[in-house]
Amino acid sequence: MTRHIEIRKNTYLDSVSLMSMSTRANAVEGVTQALLGMATPMNKEVLANVGVQDAAVDEAKPSDLMIVIDASEDTIGAAIAAVDDILTRKDKKAGEADEVRYRTLDGAFAEVPDANLVLISVNGAFAAREARKALNAGKSVMIFSDNVSVEDELSLKNLAHEKGLIVMGPDCGTAIIGGTGLAFANAVRRGSIGVVGASGTGSQEVSVRVHDFGGGISQLIGTGGRDLSTDIGGISMIDGITALDADPETKVIVLISKPPAEEVAEKVLAVAGAASKPVFVTFLGSDRTESGYENVTMVTEGTKPLAIAAVVASGIDESTLDKHPLNIPLIEEVRAKLAPEQKYVRGLFCGGTLCDESMFAALGKYDNVYSNIQKDPAYRIGATDASREHTFLDMGDDDFTNGRPHPMIDPSLRLQRIVAEADDPEVGVIAMDFVLGFGSHEDPVGVTIPAITEAKEKAAARGQHLEILGYVLGTDLDTPAIADQVAKLEAAGVTIASSSTNLGLLAREFVAKGDN
Amino acid sequence: MSVNDLFSTALKPVNLGLDMFAEDLKAQGVEPVLMDWTPPGGGDPEVIAALSRLEDPAVAEKIDAANQVALERILGSQPFLEGFGQAIDTVPGMTRKTILHAGPPIEFTRMSGPMKGAVTGALVFEGLAEDVDEAFELAASGEITFSPCHEHQSVGSMAGATSASMWVHRVTNRTYGNTAYTNLSEQLSKILRFGANDQSVIDRLNWMRDVFGPVLAGAMELNTDGIDLRLMLSQALHMGDEAHNRNVAGTTLLIQALAPYILESDFTTKEKREVFDFVASSDYFSGPTWMVAAKASMDAANGIENSTVVTTMARNGVDFGIRVSGTGGQWFTGPAQEVVGPMFAGYTPADSGLDMGDSAITETFGIGGFAMAAAPAIVALVGGTVDEAMGYSRTMNAITTGNNPNVTIPALDFMGVPSGIDVRKVMETGILPLINTAIAHKDPGIGMIGAGITHPPVEAFQKALRALADTVKP
Repeated sequence: MTRHIEIRKNTYLDSVSLMSMSTRANAVEGVTQALLGMATPMNKEVLANVGVQDAAVDEAKPSDLMIVIDASEDTIGAAIAAVDDILTRKDKKAGEADEVRYRTLDGAFAEVPDANLVLISVNGAFAAREARKALNAGKSVMIFSDNVSVEDELSLKNLAHEKGLIVMGPDCGTAIIGGTGLAFANAVRRGSIGVVGASGTGSQEVSVRVHDFGGGISQLIGTGGRDLSTDIGGISMIDGITALDADPETKVIVLISKPPAEEVAEKVLAVAGAASKPVFVTFLGSDRTESGYENVTMVTEGTKPLAIAAVVASGIDESTLDKHPLNIPLIEEVRAKLAPEQKYVRGLFCGGTLCDESMFAALGKYDNVYSNIQKDPAYRIGATDASREHTFLDMGDDDFTNGRPHPMIDPSLRLQRIVAEADDPEVGVIAMDFVLGFGSHEDPVGVTIPAITEAKEKAAARGQHLEILGYVLGTDLDTPAIADQVAKLEAAGVTIASSSTNLGLLAREFVAKGDN
Repeated sequence: MSVNDLFSTALKPVNLGLDMFAEDLKAQGVEPVLMDWTPPGGGDPEVIAALSRLEDPAVAEKIDAANQVALERILGSQPFLEGFGQAIDTVPGMTRKTILHAGPPIEFTRMSGPMKGAVTGALVFEGLAEDVDEAFELAASGEITFSPCHEHQSVGSMAGATSASMWVHRVTNRTYGNTAYTNLSEQLSKILRFGANDQSVIDRLNWMRDVFGPVLAGAMELNTDGIDLRLMLSQALHMGDEAHNRNVAGTTLLIQALAPYILESDFTTKEKREVFDFVASSDYFSGPTWMVAAKASMDAANGIENSTVVTTMARNGVDFGIRVSGTGGQWFTGPAQEVVGPMFAGYTPADSGLDMGDSAITETFGIGGFAMAAAPAIVALVGGTVDEAMGYSRTMNAITTGNNPNVTIPALDFMGVPSGIDVRKVMETGILPLINTAIAHKDPGIGMIGAGITHPPVEAFQKALRALADTVKP
């Protein structure tokens, strides 16, 4: 151990700075103890208390800086240099201007009064209060957060309604306002078709199909999945229809939802019926074919027919559309490859509505369709249950996402499931969606291909062909673009469906046997 | 803005939550308003419910009006130093066997090491015990009355130990007529208020009782005008003090004002010389003076119905307590926190006692940590850069009711110090008041070992907010 004592004459440093420097000097490698201080009587006493006795210290004046460094023999030189470096105050260059961030919504509104929408994705326990603040300040809100109570949802939507604002959500994954996608959304052309959707991926699918058919979206309003329940009574959908009816850019209105409660459906349809524009409605899985209003058309066959009806009504010549009809020769070809025992479809989905649509397609043909979102409890299975017969899983449902990110962001759970389904020799088709766009995984296909390859190899090892059927929800404007993702899938031997509707139809037809 | 206006206007979204969504907005050429949000009320659902109750427009209007009254009283206060007297003759409720202490009420057995050291030293100083050992027995016997300084119109720095024969400042708020007290600075390091209590400490207290106090009192008897502390405080801030941890300018101004009267007094030259030497021995002489000036101002703002303005922040080394204008004398407490900052050579954070003292009355008023930007020389307390110090003063604007135009910070374009901490805003923003303060050794008998910054415990504000939600009615 070596002690280095140095007195720097007439070197003044503020005592607080010195305390700070001492703290840092003591952290220098090799230093056992470093003491820095002006030679005041008090500091000399401090030195004496820790056993430093030295004639130079005794003689030092309060205007002198005392430096005492204890360090091991071989590090003392480096330690002195390091401490000296700390003592040499460098002028710290001012950093780049920080991003301005606000602590409270009120603070943000005060500084940015033209803010006109608040996108809330904080924990659901806190979302309602922030949404209320935004509404009281005259801003519409989109609540991405889930776990907001029904009571809060109702009071927020009533408040918005009174103020002429709109609440999108809670648990609303998608919106396009003024051409800007919010949360999960696809890059689509602007146009004259306004969408109000109570289902997130269903709305995304409609917007993508509209784009694909050459149409465009004026506004896409997500309402959150509970909006059409009896409790909420469709407040946001109704306000959305009213707003789109008054919007000069919107020529055609599209509504999409799971089947609402009957009295809510009546209310919503009545508002749609009072609109001055054509309205096309899909309540996925509902049998209702008549709206009762002349301008309101029920579309029961799925999201693709809904989009076609809307683009045609918006003025696009139907004969110019490439409707991607079901590929019958392809169906024959796949059927021929599958062994007699390969009777079942396993659908593994990120998008809830995409899962719904495929499941309903299967239900149109088979009874033994299991799902975590099945209405009939007899056919419901949980996230940890093994698949049975025809199984369609919405892996974005709470069951699966509890404590983990949505599969559109983190697909790892689905990757395991793809491989596991391939162990079942009765499985003929694994159907799955890939959702592109804002908010989604940057390369959903790329991360999934290894699992697809493994699944196919498993089946091949026992002499079976396993058909992997994929659908990519995305546009040429998305990043990555749809063509890029489709090409990767095709290279891996995956069959591509051209729409969510076709995905369901192809899957059910591929596994159909002789008399079906 | 109606939904249809939203459709026809450029989208200006606020992104509250996932940064990923903000990035996506930027990628689409839309510049989102960014938030640095934390759950209000520390995430406590009861506190959030209380906040929401207080946000009812009718309730909020009442509170805002009451807080304006409280703020006006803080800003309009004119604390004048009028004299010095011995606590027994001056401080309301003082007895020979009373020891006042800093912070919210606490019994002797629960006191922190340094407070025990200070209390027992004070008992020896008062002649109530022969030595420190005997003082420990006496303190625990129940014969001594312990009471918070704050409940006697007083404040005490660090342990705040104030006993009958100690001399105190007498400061009157000439606008509102209330008076406040605090004892004299013992200067720094190994002193009673930091828990040191050996003979050198007692000797100094004796000298303060016999010479220092009488000389200052004699001087102020000659100064019949009193000293305008608010004016002097304002000057001190302009000279680079924040009037809590840096007092070099304030001390110079104060002794300069006192010096002619000290010279004119009847004491011996030797005694006068001792006083000047003592004041010159450290910059802290005026520290208590700013505390009592703040106390006299804050007391004027106490007891205003419906006001959510904090009028007291004080800690006893175990509990941190706040009091709020609208709830009067009620204390709301949480655990005293660690103080983080540079330490004297030879000590480590393991030696530190927890946050202690009534000196946070300065921050309650708007100086100290709230005025860090005025004192660039001590920025090491807050991490080292002047920018950071500036940031702290600006940040406090988010939790206060207004700014004090009488006490300003030159480097921030003469912004008035942020004043009138609002419990609602603290809970809403998650920003806790910044306090800069000294660090006492955790054991009795040692003294000061460093200085740094700390914050009140969130619990104190949570409790206050819940009480306010019950108190304030639409």
